[in-house]
Amino acid sequence: MALAEPSSSGRFGEFGGRYVPETLVPACLELERAFRSAWGDPVFRAELDGLLADYAGRPSPLTECHRLSEELGVRVLLKREDLNHTGSHKINNVLGQALLAKRMGKTRLVAETGAGQHGVASATAAALMGMECMVYMGEIDIERQALNVFRMKLLGAEVVPAVSGSRTLKDAVNEAMRDWVATVETTHYCLGSVMGPHPYPWMVREFHTVIGVEARAQCEKLLDGGVPDIVTACVGGGSNAIGIFSGFADTDAELVGVEPAGGAAVGRGVPGVVHGMKSYLMQDEFGQVQEAHSISAGLDYPGVGPEHSFLSSIGRARYEAVTDAEVIDAFQLLSRTEGIIPALEPAHALAWISRDRAALAGKTVLLNMSGRGDKDVGQMMEILG
Amino acid sequence: MVTAAEEGLTIPEAPAEPGVLESALRAARASGRKLLVPYVTGGLGDDWADIVRAVADAGADAIEIGVPFSDPVMDGPVIQEASELALRAGATPVTVFDELRTIDAGVPIAVMTYYNLAFHMGHQRFAESLAAAGVSAAILPDLPLEEVGPWATAADAAGVETVLLAAPTAPDERLPLVCARARGFVYAVGLLGVTGERDALASSSLVIARRLKAITDKPVLVGVGVSNAEQAVEVCAEADGVVIGSALMRRVLEGVGPAGAGAFIAEVRAALDAAS
Repeated sequence: MALAEPSSSGRFGEFGGRYVPETLVPACLELERAFRSAWGDPVFRAELDGLLADYAGRPSPLTECHRLSEELGVRVLLKREDLNHTGSHKINNVLGQALLAKRMGKTRLVAETGAGQHGVASATAAALMGMECMVYMGEIDIERQALNVFRMKLLGAEVVPAVSGSRTLKDAVNEAMRDWVATVETTHYCLGSVMGPHPYPWMVREFHTVIGVEARAQCEKLLDGGVPDIVTACVGGGSNAIGIFSGFADTDAELVGVEPAGGAAVGRGVPGVVHGMKSYLMQDEFGQVQEAHSISAGLDYPGVGPEHSFLSSIGRARYEAVTDAEVIDAFQLLSRTEGIIPALEPAHALAWISRDRAALAGKTVLLNMSGRGDKDVGQMMEILG
Repeated sequence: MVTAAEEGLTIPEAPAEPGVLESALRAARASGRKLLVPYVTGGLGDDWADIVRAVADAGADAIEIGVPFSDPVMDGPVIQEASELALRAGATPVTVFDELRTIDAGVPIAVMTYYNLAFHMGHQRFAESLAAAGVSAAILPDLPLEEVGPWATAADAAGVETVLLAAPTAPDERLPLVCARARGFVYAVGLLGVTGERDALASSSLVIARRLKAITDKPVLVGVGVSNAEQAVEVCAEADGVVIGSALMRRVLEGVGPAGAGAFIAEVRAALDAAS
């Protein structure tokens, strides 16, 4: 199977949909129409491809990790999204959305951010295209990602703390949606993951398929026409994972998403509805959404994109969870063996490989290195003393 | 290529007979009265049931009870705070329903909450719990027309009226569909934005009320941004009535208690009566 377009109601199986206030329904419909038209327009595609190449630095390389592979007994290949401009895969999506927003005549972007990577990418795209940008960020995340907050301000964006609820990513999404309800006529909500109401999960996936397309070709070259045994990526909302999965969904490769133990929506959640979508969701016995707890601000999210729920429900992808301690070890392991300091988010996927290395012995694993670790160095300095 | 299985989004036709809430509002309107529906957060403080009775006695035609949810995306700071405090005090749908059963307010009750609480409990169980607690209607602001089917089917079967919101952004062809499916009343969203007080009445409130009144004979109540007696009177030039939430809950959070809450609603009531 290739990853399919969702149904007309925006569903992947039973998941997805468009659970938004009436005020936002016309905007979602308009966005769907505009995306469909742009995505089929060679002029739009050429402009986006041009930006991805000349501004973001695509294609990103595929790196074979010789020393790490030797240490683990597992052949590890990294798709180097960390080398993109702004330091993560997030730029693929925001360049697409900002270009689309301009095409729709919107002058302002709002975005939510957890670790700050999507906020930085949104602020970057807004600066590039001369748009206004406001980024909502949980108060707790603002404290632990001070460097990215400064970056966003430098790029001309306004950073607004989300002070309600858990004061992390979930609440930043609430604030961004509240902003959008009030400003929908001039503003595009630049959602940062494959989540939210239709068409976002589909549209954001399409903007990230470039990861999978490139990786597939690079693997075929390196593996003599073959594909890796396993393709893995970290999953918060799940955009980098769906991006790389999209290149291998029609192969025999096993697809493994790795969630933080404290935010394992697929692993520990049950279906629920929040932020415009039906998907696996961590919630209490009454349906109140629970707070996620993870060392990584980017994965501190109690839900997950609906297509991941679908892929899990049909058994096409499986989802593992790793602890903060395992992530800290993996963060150091990659730095020491390969000279690559990973972001804490993709360090989750490596933590899973490292933990399950006995079962993975001799296999070839492609890992989406979704971001670089510069933003996390301060936090890790405190943890590691 | 595997195509994701389609989940049919059929919207069942609303029952022709008006329910308890709609009948009460139609009767009040027919008597020449403008309709007043205050909003009270369920489970906030020990005296919330007394506040409900006080606003009923002060001249409410029906009362909206908020069942607190962790992620209230349609609500501004005041109702967010009220919800958060109620949740921290241990409020759940079950505790709120239990207490509602004992409140004899003498006017119909509509519950306002978010869809996940109904989805999680199960549509049928949630609808039957509402009915058992004496609740006439439900308002789920994150459940738009396209998604309302499965819930509305269960609610209709349990005799619970599902109030639908009509937004200023809706194109002309959408509003008749919303009105046809709405039960109880049509909740006209007064402005682009979340619940909360505003210094002046948004002109969009009058526009949406006028657009709805032109196409439906169901009661049209404007909510979101109706902040005081003066604004209530102003919007009732077009609308059948108003929902007042944040303006009341701000006072409750400030500690006015049942007497103060009743006094505020009585003031709005008097202004509406004087103007009509």
